[in-house]
Amino acid sequence: MFDFSIVTTWFDSLLRDTLGLGDFLSILIECVLVGVFILAAYAILAIILIFMERKVCAYFQCRLGPMRVGPWGVFQVICDVLKMLTKEIFFVDKADKLLYIIAPFLTLVGSVGAFAFMPWNKGAHVLDFNVGIFLMTAISSLGIIGIFLAGWGSNNKYSVVSALRGAVQMISYEMSLCLCLISAVVLTGTMQFSGIIEAQADGWLIFKGHIPAIIAFLTFIVAGNAEANRGPFDLPEAESELTAGYHTEYSGMGFGFFYLAEYLNMFICAGVAATVFLGGWMPLHVAGLDGFNAVMDYIPGIVWFLGKAFFIIWILLWIRWTFPRLRIDQILKLEWKYLMPLSLLNLVLMTLVVAFGLHF
Amino acid sequence: MYFTLFITVLVTAVFLVVAAYVIAKLIGPRTYNKVKGEPFECGIPTHGSSWIPVGVGYYLFAILFLMFDVETLFLYPWAVMVKDFGPLAIVSIGFFLLVLVFGLAYAWRKGALEWK
Repeated sequence: MFDFSIVTTWFDSLLRDTLGLGDFLSILIECVLVGVFILAAYAILAIILIFMERKVCAYFQCRLGPMRVGPWGVFQVICDVLKMLTKEIFFVDKADKLLYIIAPFLTLVGSVGAFAFMPWNKGAHVLDFNVGIFLMTAISSLGIIGIFLAGWGSNNKYSVVSALRGAVQMISYEMSLCLCLISAVVLTGTMQFSGIIEAQADGWLIFKGHIPAIIAFLTFIVAGNAEANRGPFDLPEAESELTAGYHTEYSGMGFGFFYLAEYLNMFICAGVAATVFLGGWMPLHVAGLDGFNAVMDYIPGIVWFLGKAFFIIWILLWIRWTFPRLRIDQILKLEWKYLMPLSLLNLVLMTLVVAFGLHF
Repeated sequence: MYFTLFITVLVTAVFLVVAAYVIAKLIGPRTYNKVKGEPFECGIPTHGSSWIPVGVGYYLFAILFLMFDVETLFLYPWAVMVKDFGPLAIVSIGFFLLVLVFGLAYAWRKGALEWK
């Protein structure tokens, strides 16, 4: 496999030794480059995801989707973003100004912070703490606070209802999300994303952990979908009852940030599922078939990662455009009476499998 | 190095919001009238404040969440060590999990998980 850390170490030595820059200056340049990379990847992925959503939705409804702007309408979303950027930003007079203004910041920090943990290739990751999974769930919870403050600070009755619904739904589903990730940690024995991927070199987790891993994977997808406020779980922005929910009072890019964060949260959910359960950038290896494994190694890691992530995103879109929206009591019942006991039981099952060495 | 990068990521997120707001302020139109500053509640005049007491159901679930969130917090360090402990791991966490499952069962039996 191509190791991207060769490039980063080469660049680091280029700055330090060849150009003779000091410690501070070279770290500053590297940090700026990392920031630019994150912003570019974030924006490009958001545009791709929104376009994909519109096209896949159209496909499921036997329509064509956007077709006019550019070939097959590929420039439609870019035009939408430009339009949104040029819209006026105005505030509601009676809103709680402080909460109203800091809400998009919290949502974006939560989303970008979790996005930075994505392992794109071997050695190509921005953050790789040894408590990676734990820190990622902690940072992504900031998004809940952002959504709650946005709805509460708007001083709009629909937004307040939406904020409460969003908060209660997202904190509930975080339980089974964490429990599924913990059962993956039990099997791999590390919380570091690169360590989890390395542990899957001889088989993806979903094959290694067989029954408990498959249950954890499916529960994770359902809980992640609810965590990203999408699909049948989009109660906070149920447009037929709550106008637009927590972002009703935001104009222009203020709304755009929540929209961006929603799509990127979907990508983060799919990316974490792909990393933890489907092996991240690790190619498909079958024990004994050396020729097949060698061919698979030639496919770059980023292709594997994005392929797995977009496969899961496609499933999430399929779910979203197939199922009708649930009621709040059904959502909470699903989490607290089904998913949560199921994932607790699954954790015990996974521990038994690992403790007695029943996994592959 | 990772903490520098962590700060970089947070600064990047804040920069994204600030930059987009600044661009919108610079090139967006600016008008004001009183109706525009009203909250949008389907066109009818707004009536009173929105910050009114809300149903207690939300708080019940928030309290339950606190209990189980702390539980997952304790499970993370245990999960890393399961491979080293072997069958002892299930014994060491068993009592903790039993108390939690009992707590969930109690909340269930008391009807705290019903949405009213």
